[in-house]
Amino acid sequence: MSLAPVGRAAPTAAVIRSQAALEWRLLMGNGEQILLTLIIPVVLLLALSLTDVVSLGVVGRTAKLDLLVPSIMALAVMSSAFTALAISTGFDRRGEAIKFLGTTPLSRVGLLSAKVLAVLGVQVIQLAVIAILGLILGWSPDPMTWGAVPVVILGTAAFAAWGFALAGVLRAEATLALANAIYLLLLLGGGVIVPASRFPEPLATLVSCLPSAALADGLRAAMATGDLGVVVTSMAILVVWALAGGFVVHRTFRWTS
Amino acid sequence: MTATSATLGRLPGRAYTWWVTPPPGAIVLTDVAKSFGDTRALAGLTCTVPEGRITGLLGPNGAGKTTAIEICAGLQRADSGEVRVLGRDPWRRTAHQRAEVGVMLQRGGVSAGATASQAVSHVARFYAEPWDVPELLERLSLTGLGRTTFRRMSGGEQQRVKLACAMVGRPRLLMLDEPTAGLDPATKREVWQLVTDARDAGATVLLSTHAMAEAEQLSDHLVIISAGRCVASGTVADLTADPDGQTLRFIASPHLDRQALLRALPSGFELREEPPGSYRLTGERIEPATMAAVTAWCAERGVMASALTLQQRDLEQVFLDITAEAKQPGVDTPTDDGEVAR
Repeated sequence: MSLAPVGRAAPTAAVIRSQAALEWRLLMGNGEQILLTLIIPVVLLLALSLTDVVSLGVVGRTAKLDLLVPSIMALAVMSSAFTALAISTGFDRRGEAIKFLGTTPLSRVGLLSAKVLAVLGVQVIQLAVIAILGLILGWSPDPMTWGAVPVVILGTAAFAAWGFALAGVLRAEATLALANAIYLLLLLGGGVIVPASRFPEPLATLVSCLPSAALADGLRAAMATGDLGVVVTSMAILVVWALAGGFVVHRTFRWTS
Repeated sequence: MTATSATLGRLPGRAYTWWVTPPPGAIVLTDVAKSFGDTRALAGLTCTVPEGRITGLLGPNGAGKTTAIEICAGLQRADSGEVRVLGRDPWRRTAHQRAEVGVMLQRGGVSAGATASQAVSHVARFYAEPWDVPELLERLSLTGLGRTTFRRMSGGEQQRVKLACAMVGRPRLLMLDEPTAGLDPATKREVWQLVTDARDAGATVLLSTHAMAEAEQLSDHLVIISAGRCVASGTVADLTADPDGQTLRFIASPHLDRQALLRALPSGFELREEPPGSYRLTGERIEPATMAAVTAWCAERGVMASALTLQQRDLEQVFLDITAEAKQPGVDTPTDDGEVAR
């Protein structure tokens, strides 16, 4: 083995790909993350579609599934891109694993990109499971369903940015508590399951500007109603949230806790 | 490159200064300060880590060693002062510039769920021409760990995995924060050998340690810091040299003609015999030629001179003296551009 120093970095794409693969394995190998990203959405889809515990304001199984499947997909994206990502990043900072990475050719942008890529990998599984379960339950998606892909990507960018913003500043325990609290608040009142339009004004307008409502509205429009205007508006709201979160991350994210 | 003065020895009332040209600095810190809230970690640290050598960074707990390493690694930003690592500001390095530096941190650094092979292979993929991972693991006796994850490894095993991660990119500069803490003596020697081999192949090494034997054995150059400032630097020989001159001890027949022996040596030496047969030759500097002259003079008279020992101060005692002196209120230790300040 030659010991002569070289110290040359691999191509950036290879560095990020390697880190993304590791992050994906870590996310998929963590039981608590699986509970959050897969089990809770699946249980909610089953419970809300097969029972009338929560009134969704629609009649019939098909109408219910048209509303529920995209809503649950939005919840799944939120759980992986925000809550799971914030918690794992917070604990990475506490364990100082990412502190060492800060000394390697993997830049801060590279690390965060790798984490987002890993989340997108997790979402492929999440969305496939929810779609298959929806189809089994009787969901018939609109042909415009593929229009949901950019909404999912922008939703992931927006939530991931704010997940990093939270984890990059707070202690791991505080990130855990706050990420779960925000997840629960957005699930109950963020326009995810119950659309923002069902809220009284001015709350409806306020809620519709939240990234959770924009993501869910965009997915419902792409998969059920086919309303392109809603899809575009949702994407615009998500872009603003992504840019704002990215700015906060750029200014505040620290390698160490 | 500019010449700089290095104060290498001191006799009462006068200091002897040589003008020397230092080797280029892989790390150059100039008046670097860093505080965490009210705690001042570095208070104007000025020192140089010469290129192609092993530099030992010594200092009591809380002296600022880890902060200095983290600033050089680009993990912390200095509040003031100038930091140059391989000629660049570490805070603004690109990915390719970061690849030139390998860092072993004191705490953390590896995912808790990764095996040794997974962790080192993962880091190796960040580099264009990494070391051969299986061979590196074998050199650090890590091949037998199999599926053991990082969190289940012993402290020594974790140290070696972190060292492998720091070295796998074949960096030009290695910064190791207490690399042998918690290692058994045999493994410690394996690590020393690996670090020495890296230096011999052309790498620069900065290692912080509390082990004086390690610093003495490994380091070509030492930097001692206390309370966030450099209080001494130089080679082990420089730092352990007696400021009152050097002493050569030897054993020979009792009652030698000491005046005759002194006449065979350059002027400025003093020779004592106490007890009979045990001699102490003292002078400003004992050169190899001085030792040769002593043995030759004895040989000419059919006298066997044995146990010739150049008396040095113990590095640990030097360290304790220097750091205690630096802690005294009102003592302002000169640093001479980061070279020797004793």
